[in-house]
Amino acid sequence: MNKPKRQLLSGNEAIARGAYEAGARVATGYPGTPATEILEALSRCEGVYSEWSVNEKVALEVASGASIAGVRALCAMKHVGLNVAADPLMTLSYTGVGGGLVIVSADDPGHHSSQNEQDNRNYAAFAKIPMLEPSDSSEALAFTKAAFEISEQFDTPVLLRTTTRVSHSKSVVTPGMQAKPAPPAPLVAKPEKYVMIPGFSEARHAHAEARLDRLKAYAEAFAHNSIEYRSRKVGVITSGILYQYVREAAPDASVLKLGMSYPLPRALVEEFASNVKDLYVVEELDPFIEAQVLAFGVKVIGKMTTPDFLPLVGELNPDIVAGALGKGGSEARLATQNLPTRPPGLCPGCPHRGVFYTLGRLGWFVAGDIGCYTLAHAWPLSAIHTTLCMGAGIGQAHGILKATGARDKVAAVIGDSTFMHSGITSLLNTHYNGGGGTIIILDNGTTAMTGLQGHPGSCSTLMGGTGGHADIKKVVRGLGIDDVSVMDPYDLDALERHLTAPPIPGGPRVLIARRPCVLIRGRKPRPSFVVRDNKCAGCGECLMLACPAISFRDGHAQIAAQLCTGCSLCKQVCTFGAVRGQQG
Amino acid sequence: MIPTVNVIFAGVGGQGVLTASEVLGIAAMHAGHEVKKSEVHGMAQRGGSVESQVRFGDVVNSPLIPAGCADFIVAFERLEALRHAHMLKRGGFVIVNQLDIPPMDAPEAGPAVYLAGMDEAFGRLEARVVYVPGHALALQSGDVRSAGSALLGVLSGSMPLSAACWDRAFRDVFRPDAPGANTEAFRLGRSWADAPK
Repeated sequence: MNKPKRQLLSGNEAIARGAYEAGARVATGYPGTPATEILEALSRCEGVYSEWSVNEKVALEVASGASIAGVRALCAMKHVGLNVAADPLMTLSYTGVGGGLVIVSADDPGHHSSQNEQDNRNYAAFAKIPMLEPSDSSEALAFTKAAFEISEQFDTPVLLRTTTRVSHSKSVVTPGMQAKPAPPAPLVAKPEKYVMIPGFSEARHAHAEARLDRLKAYAEAFAHNSIEYRSRKVGVITSGILYQYVREAAPDASVLKLGMSYPLPRALVEEFASNVKDLYVVEELDPFIEAQVLAFGVKVIGKMTTPDFLPLVGELNPDIVAGALGKGGSEARLATQNLPTRPPGLCPGCPHRGVFYTLGRLGWFVAGDIGCYTLAHAWPLSAIHTTLCMGAGIGQAHGILKATGARDKVAAVIGDSTFMHSGITSLLNTHYNGGGGTIIILDNGTTAMTGLQGHPGSCSTLMGGTGGHADIKKVVRGLGIDDVSVMDPYDLDALERHLTAPPIPGGPRVLIARRPCVLIRGRKPRPSFVVRDNKCAGCGECLMLACPAISFRDGHAQIAAQLCTGCSLCKQVCTFGAVRGQQG
Repeated sequence: MIPTVNVIFAGVGGQGVLTASEVLGIAAMHAGHEVKKSEVHGMAQRGGSVESQVRFGDVVNSPLIPAGCADFIVAFERLEALRHAHMLKRGGFVIVNQLDIPPMDAPEAGPAVYLAGMDEAFGRLEARVVYVPGHALALQSGDVRSAGSALLGVLSGSMPLSAACWDRAFRDVFRPDAPGANTEAFRLGRSWADAPK
């Protein structure tokens, strides 16, 4: 047997490794930062069937089916994905599991790439199921394995929560051996466990409540809940990445480290409290642990008891924690002042650009959605006016039109992957309820924002196969909508012509703006464009495209040849004929 | 026992910032150190600012470096070096690629003014600053994309890591049989740093 090799793994890769070592056979999810790499890593593990489901609700239902069949299954998603999967989650708490079922929620304090920063530890209390929180990659691996054990021992789904700093930080891990995966069990009907009609679900609710009492007792002796006594003057209760920040900021403090943040071990908390002078709870986002500790009648310094102790909003770091614990905080000696920011933007050659340039020019109100194209909210495109959640734009546009009685100048935009995720039902709703307006499906053939994952419109599957194809135009037609056309978003005239044509009364109009994402490999290169200085009038219209390849110096536009992809939009918007192809 | 070494890598999406930090992290792991590496991706990939932090030593807790504790900043672009000035230790070492990528929302006064402001800001750092001709070294190595490896070569002179550890790391991160241009760029960067100037 080879000596286990040390590896530098991200938290996400370590979770995948943990699931593999635990003998998981099925893994599901939907891409979303910071969770995406969990499924990508699992798809490379032999013997694990892994899939990108079309959305998180379906992903959890598929994982639940695998669990019923007796095998271990993992389902991973970003924090807001768990909202989509909340419906199956709440009742899975009642049914419990067959094979172990672990649900990973990768939260995003600080909104690094999310529309909110909800604290999904609350879901554990809401669903009455246990919550584990690793603080680095080694723990991510170990806790994933422990989660499968707990799931089967207590007949419960288990939530494993990371944050961006755990998912996307790397640390050294020594992988272990793979347990022999349990084979599927014979399918035996257990209606009292799996058929949640009122007659059965009340008994299962009682099971969930009794289980919670047993889990509280288990938490007292859980190996990953531990007290580290150092100076007894300061004691800190903490979990997840905050444990690392506390150790960094206050190396002399005693710590009660909670690997399981729900339910809490009451006796352990009380023992720790009685052995330290000043007791703090240090946690990111909601005072989730603090509320439980206060309910025990233990006095603590935390967000609820002490104003301005730590913020409820945003991500914490070692400096903020040091300040809260009276350790002087930041040693920063230089302020980083007044630097121009460098926000992300649409790539040069992005097929979405022409759509938003045109919508901006027409002055339409645009209900947006979740994807790269959300970046078109920013000046100068300024052509996304709402972003709520996956699939929301179509419903919002319908509501706006119903409320105002308007017939046009309102559009919904949605990406192809988002359309498959949760846009189809919204479009069906608009059609069914006699809605109108224009729905633009931005079809770049991939899930671009999270790193080019496949979906039913692109056919490629997570395990590298070719899946069943769903043709977006046929899907729209299948809903009963006749007014659907496909167009090239590199053709600005055609875009404007389609958008300004009078809508056909009696239903929504669907435009599919179809061109592959420029990041997809194997795209045929097009010659780049240049500006002829003697013709450029310096009007700046090309800058309104927000193309990273175009800049302005000495009164003229210029195009960076190494960035230009030859999409030709700048040539189309230049009224002075100053842009020409390199070979034209 | 060695004190924790703290390195910040900074640049613009697509420049290879995360790859370079990965090489350092793995080289430190091969040297037997505890390593933590933090990065933010997602929205950062679309031409926005990208940073990665690498910490190694006997014991490393937080993957995030406390403010004022960075020993090194390796910047793939000048403005991005300044963005992390508050993280830098007094007397720290800033390795800057000789490259300016004006951001889309540079002040209305125009790139010239923002560039002049940067010269002054570098002067206030109280740090050792070297400007590396990363693009030229990369071209010389045979692959224009290997500037990050040249910057690592410059950094390597200050790292307590053996040539064997670096070599293994390059083979782990790039294709094992042909790290080619990147190891060459690394070597060129190291020679450039060692040469008297």
